[in-house]
Amino acid sequence: MSANLLEIENLTVTFPTPRGPVDVVRGISFTLGRERLGIVGESGSGKSMTGRAILRLIRRPGRVTAKRMLFDGIDLTAQTERQMRALRGARISMVMQDPKYSLNPVMTVGEQIGEALRTHAKLPRRDLDARVRAMLEAVRINDPDRVAKLYPHQISGGMGQRVMIAMMLIPEPDLLIADEPTSALDVSVQAQVLDIIDELVTGKGMGLILISHDLNLVSRYCDRILVMNSGEIVEECAAGKLAEATHPYTRGLLAAMPRMDEDRAELPVLDRSAWASGART
Amino acid sequence: MSGLRAWLIDDSPASRLQANLGRAYRIWAALLRNPLAVVGGLIIAALIIMAIFAPVIAPYSPIGQDLDNRLVPPSAAHWMGTDELGRDIYSRVVYGARITLLIVTMVAVISAPLGLVIGAVSGYFGGWTDRVLMGVTDIFLSMPKLILALAFVAALGPGIENAIIAIAITAWPAYARIARAETITFRDSEFIAAVRLQGASATRVILNHVLPLCASSTIVRVTLDMAGIILTAAGLGFLGLGAQPPLPEWGAMISRGRNFILDQWWVATMPGFAIILVSLGFCFLGDGLRDVLDPKHGDRQ
Amino acid sequence: MTKPAAIELDDLTIAYGGTPVVHGVSLSIPEGESFALVGESGSGKSTILRAITGLAPEWTGGMSVLGKPRGHGPDRALARTCQMVFQDPFGSLHPRKSVDTCLAEPLAIHGISGRDARVKDMLAAVGLDQRFRFRFPHQLSGGQRQRVAIARALMLEPKILLLDEPTSALDVSVQAEILNLLKKLRREQGLTYLLVTHNLPVVAFLCDRMAVMRHGRIVEIADVSALKSGTLSEPYSRELYAASGGLPQHA
Repeated sequence: MSANLLEIENLTVTFPTPRGPVDVVRGISFTLGRERLGIVGESGSGKSMTGRAILRLIRRPGRVTAKRMLFDGIDLTAQTERQMRALRGARISMVMQDPKYSLNPVMTVGEQIGEALRTHAKLPRRDLDARVRAMLEAVRINDPDRVAKLYPHQISGGMGQRVMIAMMLIPEPDLLIADEPTSALDVSVQAQVLDIIDELVTGKGMGLILISHDLNLVSRYCDRILVMNSGEIVEECAAGKLAEATHPYTRGLLAAMPRMDEDRAELPVLDRSAWASGART
Repeated sequence: MSGLRAWLIDDSPASRLQANLGRAYRIWAALLRNPLAVVGGLIIAALIIMAIFAPVIAPYSPIGQDLDNRLVPPSAAHWMGTDELGRDIYSRVVYGARITLLIVTMVAVISAPLGLVIGAVSGYFGGWTDRVLMGVTDIFLSMPKLILALAFVAALGPGIENAIIAIAITAWPAYARIARAETITFRDSEFIAAVRLQGASATRVILNHVLPLCASSTIVRVTLDMAGIILTAAGLGFLGLGAQPPLPEWGAMISRGRNFILDQWWVATMPGFAIILVSLGFCFLGDGLRDVLDPKHGDRQ
Repeated sequence: MTKPAAIELDDLTIAYGGTPVVHGVSLSIPEGESFALVGESGSGKSTILRAITGLAPEWTGGMSVLGKPRGHGPDRALARTCQMVFQDPFGSLHPRKSVDTCLAEPLAIHGISGRDARVKDMLAAVGLDQRFRFRFPHQLSGGQRQRVAIARALMLEPKILLLDEPTSALDVSVQAEILNLLKKLRREQGLTYLLVTHNLPVVAFLCDRMAVMRHGRIVEIADVSALKSGTLSEPYSRELYAASGGLPQHA
């Protein structure tokens, strides 16, 4: 009986390019218990690919290899596509960035959430509707009956994201992967959405992987942080200890962010030669 | 050779020429990777060579009659047999390539730019300009191609030139529609806004910025349409309204071969094969071009 | 005899298709200042920039740039005083034009000679090596594209730059480089900036004064020192401040 929800060892994701195969994720290893883990990195760091690799969502020509990829004891690399389908949604869910693109535009909100549940549980119609309603209330949507009949283009971005969360959490998975869940939202709505994710995840004892480019956001909502750069994990630390980070990339990133009480004449720029991770001008 | 290739795919070209040649090279290389496109390209190349070197390739004169050898089946002396006036069908097919090429090129040259410009102007300005231009386009689009061509030729008289004009008139609306749809997708984009903010006139924006972006899809559509144009021209020829005898236009040849189709099948079928082969060639090439030029496949060029 | 303001807006109301999206905005930005319009989506801040440049022609009220009243459409003369840098580095460059063509075009439109030298100088001024000169946009990274966009905006030597969320689509490390570049260029050329953003720390780094907008109206105009010390007065401004991670402080 493993205490760990997720055990990843030496995960590599490779894509062929005209210039030869490129590893977008290079042999990373980490474990996750029933806690909140943040994966932070800039574009091209491989953080989104890691999330997709766990769910085996990377299709050919991309290739995923790992020495070990265990979810609650199940070997994810050995699962057939059919077995993965049984896992996705029911045990591992993913919330993506922009509800404009991740919600089906021709189905009502209620139908989509209901579908997520119906895929994994056979329930009579009335119970289904009740569960959908309860879920919409759990993501703090007032007037759930009215909203359930709306189409995605009729609701705001923040609400759309909450619908996405409802859809992904209604089958009660054990692990939620949230890939930049608030990047497309306004600042004031971001906090609301993250609070909801936080509440639901800790309330149900789930594991959470929060993928983001925003260091501050991740440090506010996670217990542990992994910093990725060019496909590798360069730093692992507790959220509260971010200011004491040791790797030059993390320190450089923290320093390069403008602060609210900014008084520097110039922002320090990352000196990439400090860890020689490849040329990126 | 590898030095030239390296120069062409250099990531940091040192001059405009190098950059543009590099782009052209990448498109060419991508096209070569598609076997069907290569086949199509070879067929079209064969068509062009046949047209240019017809006097050298064709063993007999296309119009020389030999009434002793009427309706001879395909043999060593006459690869495709002879028709009802003893003319060698193979030679007529080879010379007919010139006519086919002429029709196809002239129609493309007239209708594509016309359609492009009308569509781009319509899409860019919107409002009443759009409505009027698209109304006109719709009128032409709703006319059946062959019948309009018939009417036109009937009014102006039969002959290749009139057939070309007639087909071109019915071909441009489709290109206008495509160009308009493309223009609408990016007319509100920031790069167009940026150049307008620099004080560019509408003419400059349309010519320098809008048309280049519409060009790819138009090129693909024109190539794919070539097959249809050939068939329409053949149809006109079949009805006696295109090229007049004794010109060896493939459609007209099929028409005359109709009378002998049961016993002397080769008279109608050989030009028919030629039409099929060339149409197929254009379709393959057009498909290949679309795969290569389609922006959704990444602007790798 | 006072100098005319770089940008003067007087009771400006802007509409899209008949629906007003900006209501009665009044602002005066002196030359040489760096001014920020801050707000969330739908606040109307980007719409104001578009109205100034003439891309959003449905407006009423007063608008003048460097003392000259503005018309409702893009203006050739305005092009030499006021230019814009757009948000999306991927969308603001023509995909089929090389950097060189992109930078030479404004010069060609206005018949300015010496294009070769000017393009070279501008590339250097925005920190791009000459080897990028003939590349196409898809061969450039986000930060490089944004540098090209800034270079393009400066080719006509405008006095005023309108910046529509210039770093929102960039990574943190690249953002720092672009912000430094913008600060340097302003200092070297004495430019006036009107910056639209939802990112308050960027405002703290780059701007002198700011206006907070909500639902098309100005909620508060404040000096950036109020932002830095956390002493904004209006409740909505304080809400935005807190949501952006600012620690509450009392005046």
